[in-house]
Amino acid sequence: MSNEKSCCCSAESCCSTETITPFNKNDEWVTGEIHTPKGKVPVVSTKLHFKDVLGAWKVRWGMGMMNYKISPGLYAVGKPDHTSPVLVSANYKLTFDVLRKELSGLDCWILILDTKGINVWCAAGKGTFGTDELVDRISKTGLSEIVSHRKLVLPQLGAPGVSAHKVTQGTGFSVIYGPVRAKDIKAFLDSNCNATKEMRTVKFTAWNRLVLTPVELVAAAKISLKVFGVLFLINLLAARPFGLPDFIAYMGAVLTGTVITPLLLPAIPGRAFAWKGWLLGLLWTLGFIWYNGWFAPGFLLLAIGYLLVLPSLSAYLAMNFTGSSTYTSFSGVIKEMKIAVPLIALSTVAGIVLVLIESL
Amino acid sequence: MKLRYLKNVATLRLSAEKCNGCGRCAEVCPHGVFSVNERKAKIEDKDCCMECGACAKNCPAQAITVNSGVGCAQAVIKGWLTGSEPSCDCSSSEGCC
Repeated sequence: MSNEKSCCCSAESCCSTETITPFNKNDEWVTGEIHTPKGKVPVVSTKLHFKDVLGAWKVRWGMGMMNYKISPGLYAVGKPDHTSPVLVSANYKLTFDVLRKELSGLDCWILILDTKGINVWCAAGKGTFGTDELVDRISKTGLSEIVSHRKLVLPQLGAPGVSAHKVTQGTGFSVIYGPVRAKDIKAFLDSNCNATKEMRTVKFTAWNRLVLTPVELVAAAKISLKVFGVLFLINLLAARPFGLPDFIAYMGAVLTGTVITPLLLPAIPGRAFAWKGWLLGLLWTLGFIWYNGWFAPGFLLLAIGYLLVLPSLSAYLAMNFTGSSTYTSFSGVIKEMKIAVPLIALSTVAGIVLVLIESL
Repeated sequence: MKLRYLKNVATLRLSAEKCNGCGRCAEVCPHGVFSVNERKAKIEDKDCCMECGACAKNCPAQAITVNSGVGCAQAVIKGWLTGSEPSCDCSSSEGCC
């Protein structure tokens, strides 16, 4: 009854019964329903099925990332009652899966906000994981009649979007920020909601960085297809057609910017991402030119051209990884870009001119 | 190895006068920038600040200011091209954040 206004879906099932959170009966991760004073709430599994793992793999490779979400509302884990803790999270399925798989053996509620299928941190930055949505969702689900306590546990990374004191003013619920990582949630609840400094700090491990690279690579590959198309047309009238060595040189620079630089990030000297990418791109290009014997009189223009183009390409791609990182500031990125973008543009244009002179 | 970004750029400011020592800033900061001693917060490591804005948003005394925004080059480029405020809106296939 509380949810009738918010769910304007056409299915009779969602509006005629007293279901607080609509869900798809075919979803394997819903194992049943639990009755509350405000209506029925879906109970979710704390185990991931093959479909969940496959779905996670697909979004990591940039397939269907934008429509991987669940219905906002209230969910149950185990057999929660009016004294059970309430955890708040986002309606990105990947986020939801990471959370629920850490909750085995617990009895708790999960309040899912409508973040348009975006993870907690990004949604907090945009404000969709925010004060208004939280206040609204509490009243829509009738949470204050389902639990008798007045405490919410929010993920710490939701804090950029939520004003804890305003939530308390608006709903009477006090906000406790839980750990950054879902895997610490049990330890956090067991220690009476005390997070260690380690639980409060964001990391960016080699593994964290590695799982983010496929999506960068796929995006770069899509643009590369256009580049190959142009090169194919140029080849129709070129004196020196572009061939396998050029392809390898180019792909090496792309991999350097999208995968190698992110992986080696802390080990590369310097701080700016574009600089780090440029440095590795330069090493790659120098190595490749030397290996191919292009430091010879007949190839010199080509060699210099590629030395201008390819490290710049790696620099640009590496710079784009700032958005995936967990420690770059807006002011810092602006400062980096004001220097890097003009240099990258100049170097690329000059390099392309030299390569074309050599080829046409 | 701790990853560190550019030095002396963060716009984070804390007014010791307004601070009531509640400790929310230290609770929400993902990079451990704040410490709280004797009911006063202190900025320990400003260069670690990524300007996410969590501290300012959760400070009940409004003692903290920071120009918060997304540290994302693609968002900035998009902002420059469209003349809009850079936002973390990766609606294409990009893997931002």
